[in-house]
Amino acid sequence: MPKQIQRTNDFVVKFANVNGSGSASANELFAKAILRMGVPVSPRNIFPSNIQGLPTWYEARVSEAGYLGRRGSVDMMVAMNPQTWDQDVKEIEPGGYLFYDSSKPLPQSKFRDDINVIGVPLTEICNREYSDPRQRQLFKNIIYVGVLSALLEIDPAEIEKLFSEQYKGKEKLLASNIKALHMGRDYAQANLTCPSGLRVQRSDKVGKQIFIDGNSAAALGCVYGGATVAAWYPITPSSSLAEAFGRYCSKLRVDKETGENRYAIIQAEDELASVGIVIGAAWNGARAFTATSGPGISLMSEFIGLAYFAEIPAVIIDVQRGGPSTGMPTRTQQSDILACAYASHGDTKHVLLFPEDPNECFQMTASALDLADRLQTPVFVMTDLDIGMNQRLCAPLEWDDARQMDRGKVMTREDLDAGKPFGRYTDVDGDGIPYRTYPGTHPTRGAYFTRGTTKDIHAKYSEDGAVYVYNMQRLLKKFESAKSLVPAPVLRAGDSPSKFGVIYFGSTSPAMDEALDMLAELGIPVDALRVRAFPFNETVDDFIAEHEQVFVVEQNRDAQLHKLLVNECAIERSKLLPVLHFDGTPITARFIVGDIEEKLRLFNVTPIKKVAS
Amino acid sequence: MTYLAKPKLHHPSLPKNKVGYTRRDYEGAISTLCAGCGHDSISAAIVQACFELDIEPHRVAKLSGIGCSSKTPTYFLGNSHGFNSVHGRMPSVLTGANLANRDLLYLGVSGDGDSASIGIGQFVHCIRRGVNMVYIVENNGVYGLTKGQFSATADRGSKSKRGAVNADSAVDMVALALQLGATYVARSFSGDKAQLVPLIKGAIEHRGAAFLDVISPCVAFNNHEGSTKSYDYIREHNEAVNRIDFISPRAPITTDYEPGSVQEVLQPDGSVLRLRKLAADYDPHNRIAVMNYLQEHQARGEVVTGLLYVDPEAHDLHAHLNTVAAPLNQLDEAALCPGSKVLEQINASLR
Repeated sequence: MPKQIQRTNDFVVKFANVNGSGSASANELFAKAILRMGVPVSPRNIFPSNIQGLPTWYEARVSEAGYLGRRGSVDMMVAMNPQTWDQDVKEIEPGGYLFYDSSKPLPQSKFRDDINVIGVPLTEICNREYSDPRQRQLFKNIIYVGVLSALLEIDPAEIEKLFSEQYKGKEKLLASNIKALHMGRDYAQANLTCPSGLRVQRSDKVGKQIFIDGNSAAALGCVYGGATVAAWYPITPSSSLAEAFGRYCSKLRVDKETGENRYAIIQAEDELASVGIVIGAAWNGARAFTATSGPGISLMSEFIGLAYFAEIPAVIIDVQRGGPSTGMPTRTQQSDILACAYASHGDTKHVLLFPEDPNECFQMTASALDLADRLQTPVFVMTDLDIGMNQRLCAPLEWDDARQMDRGKVMTREDLDAGKPFGRYTDVDGDGIPYRTYPGTHPTRGAYFTRGTTKDIHAKYSEDGAVYVYNMQRLLKKFESAKSLVPAPVLRAGDSPSKFGVIYFGSTSPAMDEALDMLAELGIPVDALRVRAFPFNETVDDFIAEHEQVFVVEQNRDAQLHKLLVNECAIERSKLLPVLHFDGTPITARFIVGDIEEKLRLFNVTPIKKVAS
Repeated sequence: MTYLAKPKLHHPSLPKNKVGYTRRDYEGAISTLCAGCGHDSISAAIVQACFELDIEPHRVAKLSGIGCSSKTPTYFLGNSHGFNSVHGRMPSVLTGANLANRDLLYLGVSGDGDSASIGIGQFVHCIRRGVNMVYIVENNGVYGLTKGQFSATADRGSKSKRGAVNADSAVDMVALALQLGATYVARSFSGDKAQLVPLIKGAIEHRGAAFLDVISPCVAFNNHEGSTKSYDYIREHNEAVNRIDFISPRAPITTDYEPGSVQEVLQPDGSVLRLRKLAADYDPHNRIAVMNYLQEHQARGEVVTGLLYVDPEAHDLHAHLNTVAAPLNQLDEAALCPGSKVLEQINASLR
């Protein structure tokens, strides 16, 4: 008899499925039922570049402590895909559980001695109960959720409630789903030891939090932030953002009387056209955005430079992923930092925002629309696949109804009639930000010709070197002004003073929160600074100055944020130590702690306690 | 390059149009193109068309890509906002601008390098979408600013100034525009102002994607013997299928025409285009017949010009997207932001 892992409200269940088998909605049901019991869950989809047939996984971490980062290793594997059996069985912790479809007998060699095997003849039950092949497939998923509810003590009433919300008005579907659920539960209760060592116990740790994917939240941010023009080209993992924008707009942005749309969405022919449309719309005074990923940024680069030099607002949401082509691109990374910070040619720098979760995706896309208008420049919202395409528990979205769009420095017809002088690229206020007019504003004043680099302060064509230098210096001044306008970094000081600091950003956040607790428990207090934007606020320089060594944790090979810090801050390069994770899986607290511990050994710092596995 | 600005003073006796502007008000900076460049004639035709149509200059947005042709928006409509964007990408910028404010008039100026090579994708897709615009290609078959390379509209067999013979097939922008669903398609010649000005006017009045291919000889690099885009060649091979005599919602017929030789086209905005037929069997409403006609006549070496196709019931991109009548760039928070109550409902649905 192998040992049995005993854990309540703190374990990982991983589902190994076949893409296109309808497992996604059953797995989401599983996660939501646990959330409804007041216990935080963070699920992650690990999917191939494929529509049907290839392996796909859904990894759900149950954590009453609220740790939403990926944990690593698996306490229970729901092995529904023969293709990946060996790999899946291997991943289970000793003493963990393997739940599989036992309809066909498997040789003993396919199992392990140190895990607990739970076989349920799912296919057999389905074949007996259903004749339609599609039903057999779909209800098989629901039946395994039923078995799991018995094994893990998930309240079936919560699952039934979720069904009734989902199938409102479709009574037949509701009844058949409830039936399938109980078929699984009944089988488990009659034939298996229930509960297993893994249990869910009702708690109150979810509260008012919501469960939403970052792409949907960012799309809502665009709706609330007043974007009217969206142009995009399909690319994983950003496509669902543009699609969510369309869905929300069709509900929230249609004129009730006329049925007409207060938005325009173009699925463009490529990313060049997407950003071109955004730039054209923003030049003409509409709020506009595009959503893309790394390869899209590469294609947009020429236009991004034009928008930078011609000073046209543009919001570009980069849902980051692995590099070119297909395959790794359905895995997460933070590997476009440098590509976006310095996108284009001829001396360019851009504003980047780094949301940590869906809530900040919402806030920061709305803010990006304001910032782009205020600064008259492209603004990037740097999310990634981990935040973008996974539902994540986060604070509810909030909106202040008194908030108004900041349209930046725009001269109106009234301003021009009042005789205010207008020079498109004049630094009137000393902050490097000029005034603009929208086309069509005034019959005789305020018209100007938009070009890239070659113009004077009145937008007149000029190839004069001094004129060019003046303009380039003003753009630098504008970038300085951005420092105080972008979201400030968030400091999390350790419990006691520390000579070690850690800088992190974006989707590393939940793993870092957990890692900081683990480090504190090990007796290694570390101060942490979550960077939320580029250009870096001065507090970033201060934070580095105040610590002897600063770890920079990021999810890419080349230490891109580290390089950006070295480049842009007045700091000692040797102070910064990169902690890099880039295998395509989301970073874990265990990885961060392990890597930091190893590096600390170089400084003769030994943990008081050994890290618990 | 810098130059002296033109004096802004106008002679008081200069005639004004119905909106109170003289023709000079539609001009731009002095052209920096070569003397005799066809493009300057097109700029002059745009000036005349806008003046005669009583268009307020600030209600026009002029956009271009990169190249000699794309420089020209500086040389007309000095009181309009202009945008010299990146090479081959004017169509997307224009599309975005049009989405932001449907009330302005969008004039896209491009060349054969800009639209038939690097930007052919954007050309194709903005025509497909039916963006309400006037899209003029100033077509000279050659890259002027980079000094004389063949462009993609150079005819097979055409000879470069250095004597090289083009072996590649030519991109026929008119054929493309027709196939892609442009609802107003014309070809003209920069040297034929009498034909060109009414064609531009018709395009401006049209509500939909209007495309004009204007053969515009390059005097510096493509006006020699052996070129099929030279002044002489075009004059010899120009076959006009019709003439637009005038465009007006109100003007009475003052000329006598041969019975059956005149066709009136009611445009979606209510204006009337009066076409005088030069080719008796030519029907500019039949897209397929037009495509066949062009193929047959071009195979004989003719450069077919005139209003080649017009759909009097055209729809534009805004109609396809069902956007509100008010320009999107004028909508305020009340129109755009659903507010905190709705957000609370959304939150509730996510628990």
